[in-house]
Amino acid sequence: METITDTINEVTWHMACYVDDIPEDGGGCAFISGRQIAIFNFTRRGEWYATDNQCPHRQQMAIARGMIGSQGEEPKVACPFHKKTFSLQTGQCLNDDEYRINTFPVMVKENRVYVGL
Amino acid sequence: MKTVSDTRIVVVGNGMVGYKFCEKLLSKRKEGQQFSITVFGEEPRAAYDRVHLSEFFAGKSADDLSMAGAGWYEENGIRLFLSDPVVDIDREEKLVRSHHGHIVYYDYLIMATGSGAFVPSIPGVEKDGVFVYRTIEDLELIQSYAKKARKGAVLGGGLLGLEAAKALLDLGLEEAHVVEFAPRLMPRQIDDAGSRMLQSQLESLGLQIHLSKSTQEIQGDERIAGMQFADNSFLDVDMLVISTGIRPRDEIARIAGLETHPRGGIVVNNQLQTSDPAIFAIGECALAHHMIYGLIAPGYEMADVVATLITGGEKDFQPFDMSTKLKLIGTDVASFGDPFVEEPACRTIRYENKAKGIYKRINVSSDGKTLLGGILVGEAEQYNMLLQTCKNKTILPPDSEDLILGSRGGEEAGAGVMSLPDDALICSCEAVTKGMICHEVGENGHTTVDALKKCCKAGTGCGGCIPMVKDLIGGVLKEKGVYVRNVVCEHFDYSRQELLDLVKMNGLKTFSAVLDHHGKGDGCEVCKPLVASLLASLWNENILTKDRAVAQDSNDRYLANIQKGGTYSVVPRIPGGEITPEKLIVIGQVAQRYGLYTKITGGQRIDLFGAHLGDLPDIWEELINAGFESGHAYGKSLRTVKSCVGSTWCRFGVQDSVSFAIEVEDRYKGLRSPHKLKSAVSGCVRECAEAQSKDFGIIATEKGWNLFVCGNGGSKPQHAQLLATDVDKETCLRLIDRFLMFYIKTADPLTRTATWLNKMEGGMNYLKAVVVDDVLGIADELERDMQNLIDVYKCEWREVVESPELRKRFTHFVNTPMKDPSIAFEGMREQKRAAEWALPVS
Repeated sequence: METITDTINEVTWHMACYVDDIPEDGGGCAFISGRQIAIFNFTRRGEWYATDNQCPHRQQMAIARGMIGSQGEEPKVACPFHKKTFSLQTGQCLNDDEYRINTFPVMVKENRVYVGL
Repeated sequence: MKTVSDTRIVVVGNGMVGYKFCEKLLSKRKEGQQFSITVFGEEPRAAYDRVHLSEFFAGKSADDLSMAGAGWYEENGIRLFLSDPVVDIDREEKLVRSHHGHIVYYDYLIMATGSGAFVPSIPGVEKDGVFVYRTIEDLELIQSYAKKARKGAVLGGGLLGLEAAKALLDLGLEEAHVVEFAPRLMPRQIDDAGSRMLQSQLESLGLQIHLSKSTQEIQGDERIAGMQFADNSFLDVDMLVISTGIRPRDEIARIAGLETHPRGGIVVNNQLQTSDPAIFAIGECALAHHMIYGLIAPGYEMADVVATLITGGEKDFQPFDMSTKLKLIGTDVASFGDPFVEEPACRTIRYENKAKGIYKRINVSSDGKTLLGGILVGEAEQYNMLLQTCKNKTILPPDSEDLILGSRGGEEAGAGVMSLPDDALICSCEAVTKGMICHEVGENGHTTVDALKKCCKAGTGCGGCIPMVKDLIGGVLKEKGVYVRNVVCEHFDYSRQELLDLVKMNGLKTFSAVLDHHGKGDGCEVCKPLVASLLASLWNENILTKDRAVAQDSNDRYLANIQKGGTYSVVPRIPGGEITPEKLIVIGQVAQRYGLYTKITGGQRIDLFGAHLGDLPDIWEELINAGFESGHAYGKSLRTVKSCVGSTWCRFGVQDSVSFAIEVEDRYKGLRSPHKLKSAVSGCVRECAEAQSKDFGIIATEKGWNLFVCGNGGSKPQHAQLLATDVDKETCLRLIDRFLMFYIKTADPLTRTATWLNKMEGGMNYLKAVVVDDVLGIADELERDMQNLIDVYKCEWREVVESPELRKRFTHFVNTPMKDPSIAFEGMREQKRAAEWALPVS
């Protein structure tokens, strides 16, 4: 798998997929170095986000299948299982303080989507 | 342990009122106040609910009737002596002595000895087979004697007597008689006309009523054999329950030298103090305002007054309203205010419907402005409203007959419960006012009856106020705009109905377009599926095309039901539950090939569980090739039309229910709605398809079909109601078209048809007027809209299977064809199940 190493920010960019692999205003899951990463193409906001695909509530691999949206200014995703919602920026669960998911930087270059792990 | 500072309280009597006093005293106790409470009870049981005593025969146990659990007294540090009545009070030493010799000193003594049955001195009352009706022990005796008895009578046609008569019926006696001295039943509560109506109701249930009968002698050797009356008539009975009134239990008070009334009752002042200021009397043993209050609500109020006084507060016992409402053997009977006042002191309005067994009377002041009192027999729904109107002297509407007849213009009479003043007593058992309830609902967020029962005890006594409490909850929420302005979410400042109209008017077909035109922000998990559902209900285009796939909720997004572990279940449509052996084989083959767990659903279909996301299109390709279609089990849409086998095979069937079920299912398949829709068709009145538990259900008659609507199972089951009778198929379908379209256009999100109807002003009558009589003139439009949806129906799974672009989205990973490696199954009964949820990790 193609990787780009950014030595200044100590991030390794993994090529995850092509832009049109992820539906507009929706998500998809990429398998990167043995990890499941949810990638969101938030077309409405012109932004890309990446998070864990696993919801910590019942440890289900389904965040990528969740609906995205906003709460105030905060972009968020809702787990399809029990509608725990998570900030796409911080990973914090917005309707249950107990939970948080990891978020990752996304870079889009020449129609390719890279996630920094 | 008792300390020097403890105030010593002794309660004589452990009935409902004595118990309530303890409860109130504990709850009113202020900081620093210590009470040492001792309770003596004559009965072997701790306080129980005597009001509902007759339910003992309907299957309730003594435990069910108990006022507090066995541990309650101990937990609250109360010493309770049962089967141990107080036999002596020494007022000089301030001590009581019990039957078993316990001696307890008091600072305050509370007499709550209640009352016993009054037994008139008729010759023969001592015979075997003659009982009173007062305690659980009495009931146990009656129960055991009734086993060998055939004919029973109750002496006394008052409230308790009729309860006792119900008990005789429940015990299965061949004959049950009621003998009353007065010329009418319940002479204290209802008038002659009311009594006649009640009598005919009771007689239709098998009771035999004898009025104006003076019993001279109870005949028989050792056991009762009959009753001899003054008019020389004779009644052949082998058991008798005497219920001719109550006698205050004032004998200990009398011995102790407290002032008692010659006809019974411990005389108390407005603070319920007896002639000895350290001794109070409450409940049915007390004579307050020159009367014995033989009802539970004033008893509780007395308990409250004394508890308030002892904890340092101030309160008087006011003359108490003796209005009552009760259900007697299935018949509602209520009287309130002054039921008997006659013209010219008032204007009386009477309503009588013999066919339905309803009698209503209200007494309106001569100037027509206020309600003085009234009587309701057979139907007492308006009781609470009338009682409050009467008590609060609310100014009446000009057509005061509307109070009992209901407005015939369709509007509710009066302004309803919210127009009452804040101090109107809603729960008279626990003295909870409208203001208190509204405060709990509005300020403290207690918006359910259960929550209110917990926080202010409203509705925990007789329960008669619960309908009113519900109305208050609704009223307060409505005032706060919680329901009235039911906007979708922060992104759309409209209700679902408003948004539907806007989307339709502007011809919008994508979520983005709707958000751009009518919303703000980026949407969320609330508005996205709601808008997606509106779009489907309006245009019926494939829900996964354009930008709609990402606006769908979990199940609609992949046209399957997401299950534990992240796999999906698949339900092919099997209209009416009819399936060929060939198709059954295909389902079996598909399940084998993809390793699926199979189960028959409640809706006569087959559910295939454990499908990987990536396998769904392949599974459906096979199913579609075999002639199946999507079953929409994943959608808020028509699920299944269940059927019984009907006249084609069944020897009872009167119509071909399977054919009609298939026709109905094919007509409405794929119809998206505010919530799921279920239906059924039964081939005869035996109703094997359970159509009356469905959103719309059809039952065959000899002449056609009966159409029922707005039923559901689930957590709050509700029977469907009859919308049309004996209609032909075409009419039936036309009515269903209108009904469903009206529901789709007007219901709140995620509201089943039953709840939708419950919230609808005017209820079933209004729904009928719109759907059947077309009072709104929208029937044509509703039918047209439905026909448009039916015309453009396509199986959405076929469209996915045939479209490489849509198929592409059905993968777990976007960068590898691998399946989700985290999915795990366990074996069970030769099939498999999803692995259990993992524990949450924070």
